[in-house]
Amino acid sequence: MLRDRKTLLILFGLPVIQILLFGFALTNEIKNSKIVICDYSKDDYSRMIIDKFSANGNFVIKESLLNHLQIESSFKKGDVKLAVVFPANFGNDLLHLNQAHVQIIADASDPNTANILTAYATNIIMDYQKTLYENLNLPYHIGTESRMLYNPGLKGAINFVPGVMVLILMLISVMMTSVSIVREKEYGTMEILLVSPVNPFLLIVSKVIPYLFLSLINFTVIVLLSVTLLGVPVNGSLLLLFGVSVLFIITALSLGLLISNIVETQQEAILISLIGLMVPVTIFTGFIFPIENMPDALQYFSNILPSKWYYIFIKSIMIKGLDISSVWREILILTGMTCLFLFISFKKFKNRLL
Amino acid sequence: MAIISVENISKKYTDIQALDNVSFQVNEGELYGMIGADGAGKTSLFRILTTLMLADKGKAKVNGWDVVKDYKKIRNSIGYMPGRFSLYQDLTVEENLHFFATLFNISVKKNYDLIQDIYIHIEPFKTRLAGKLSGGMKQKLALCCALIHRPSVLFLDEPTTGVDVVSRKEFWEMLCKLKKQGITILVSTPYMDEATLCDRITLIQSGKILSIDTPQGIIKHYPDSMYGLKSSNMNMLIYDMQKAENIKSCFAFGEYLHLSFQNDNEAARDELRNYLTEQGHQNIELKQIMPNIEDCFIKLMEK
Repeated sequence: MLRDRKTLLILFGLPVIQILLFGFALTNEIKNSKIVICDYSKDDYSRMIIDKFSANGNFVIKESLLNHLQIESSFKKGDVKLAVVFPANFGNDLLHLNQAHVQIIADASDPNTANILTAYATNIIMDYQKTLYENLNLPYHIGTESRMLYNPGLKGAINFVPGVMVLILMLISVMMTSVSIVREKEYGTMEILLVSPVNPFLLIVSKVIPYLFLSLINFTVIVLLSVTLLGVPVNGSLLLLFGVSVLFIITALSLGLLISNIVETQQEAILISLIGLMVPVTIFTGFIFPIENMPDALQYFSNILPSKWYYIFIKSIMIKGLDISSVWREILILTGMTCLFLFISFKKFKNRLL
Repeated sequence: MAIISVENISKKYTDIQALDNVSFQVNEGELYGMIGADGAGKTSLFRILTTLMLADKGKAKVNGWDVVKDYKKIRNSIGYMPGRFSLYQDLTVEENLHFFATLFNISVKKNYDLIQDIYIHIEPFKTRLAGKLSGGMKQKLALCCALIHRPSVLFLDEPTTGVDVVSRKEFWEMLCKLKKQGITILVSTPYMDEATLCDRITLIQSGKILSIDTPQGIIKHYPDSMYGLKSSNMNMLIYDMQKAENIKSCFAFGEYLHLSFQNDNEAARDELRNYLTEQGHQNIELKQIMPNIEDCFIKLMEK
């Protein structure tokens, strides 16, 4: 075992990394979540509640909006998760009618985060209401109305379906390609393929193509099941959804190609694709632990995973129903990654055995 | 004309000198044997000649093309059968053959005449998976696949290792037939008895060439007279021979011991017979024999 350095590294390295990750980086607690405020009332009371929000560690007020119609466009940009709206005459109502309402709107395309944030916000407002009670000894009541945008039923499926898509496509594409190509090395068939007129790199690429179709069939089945059985909507363009999924599958296939160039045995290929890839993909894609809560270093790290961008894309298209103008950044990043992976594997591909 | 020419090729792995200044030539239409034990450097040499590996030093040409510069041309025109069974085990016999034909962009039919004699042996099993074939069958299939594009040079790296005696004999008969078709064949083997079937052989040990000649030439150059010795108790004979005097070398080969004397004359032979009779041996038979390739190899290794 001491001579098998890789196994040793996994055996002792993995627990350390995992305990650090789960201990520090991965919490369901949400800090510094960006919110927007839309204050139609602009009186002392609303301002005091806004101050409470900005003093709370869970929230960072990104901007104040003049119009509630701007809320959805802030959500579409992706980083704002919650909006608080004070109606006109908020202070007046509170003073004279002893009751007023605040509206809390959450981006529920991630239902867990939406739930937690709404609860935080409601707490802040209830706290404020209590302080009013104590000081003035009058039965003030501030009602909160919460609205879950994109996912009013807070369906869990809406969160995990995109996650499962990412996982399955990544698993099949990366592992199957790397294993099937490394098998050629292990069985010695690569030796004969090299001593033939066919360009071996092209041959390898043609070996990968069936997996593209296989993954696409899998993708179609997942989409069909989600729509029919789980009631997950496809709000955006189906064509765009398929197009970019093909792009993501190609990204994953080229990553598999890259891995197959580096390793020599099927065992190594499986180890790298499973542990080296599946763990980061589950943790850093965002469908289990919100990336926004992680330390900066890990947030930067999550950017190098193609799955994160595909996950953002899937949610934008399927759940939020956005169009191509909102996801061009993800498409561009995935294209860039694919080109990079293909370029490196082409450069690293050995035309000889040694 | 030299189809394969190797000049001062050296190859070193981290701490092993696999090939040390190896030079030789193979002429057109020759059946040329590389004879050497495991680890002698045969596979390294084959990989350099089939453009799979780069040599550290030296030049090599196949069909007049340089193995480094013109590797693509070489890959087009040679057939290569690696030492390890390297076909697709999950494809059938037939599918493997068609796959390799497609790889070279030809049809199996076009060159079927070349492989017919060999393929006939495995045709009854053509729907069987290649991985399920016996050792001899596997090698025959691999040979078919290496031949399907009618290569001008055939590289066979230990094709008979791990194959039963009958299949080995068949295999060599096939090679002789292919030679008649004008294909130049470079074949390596650790079996000395196969050496006599080659036109010329190179004896190689620890990356160095010991000798290059025809098998007969190598045997002719054996410096001493060789005797075969037999008695009714072979086990005791080997033991007693270790203590006998005036013996230069003595090795067991099949039913005879092969031995040579320090001072070879009639008196020495009589002395040995007397010594063995004293030790209680019966039916002693001592006769002059032709040395075989293995005797020569051992002799050359001692130098």
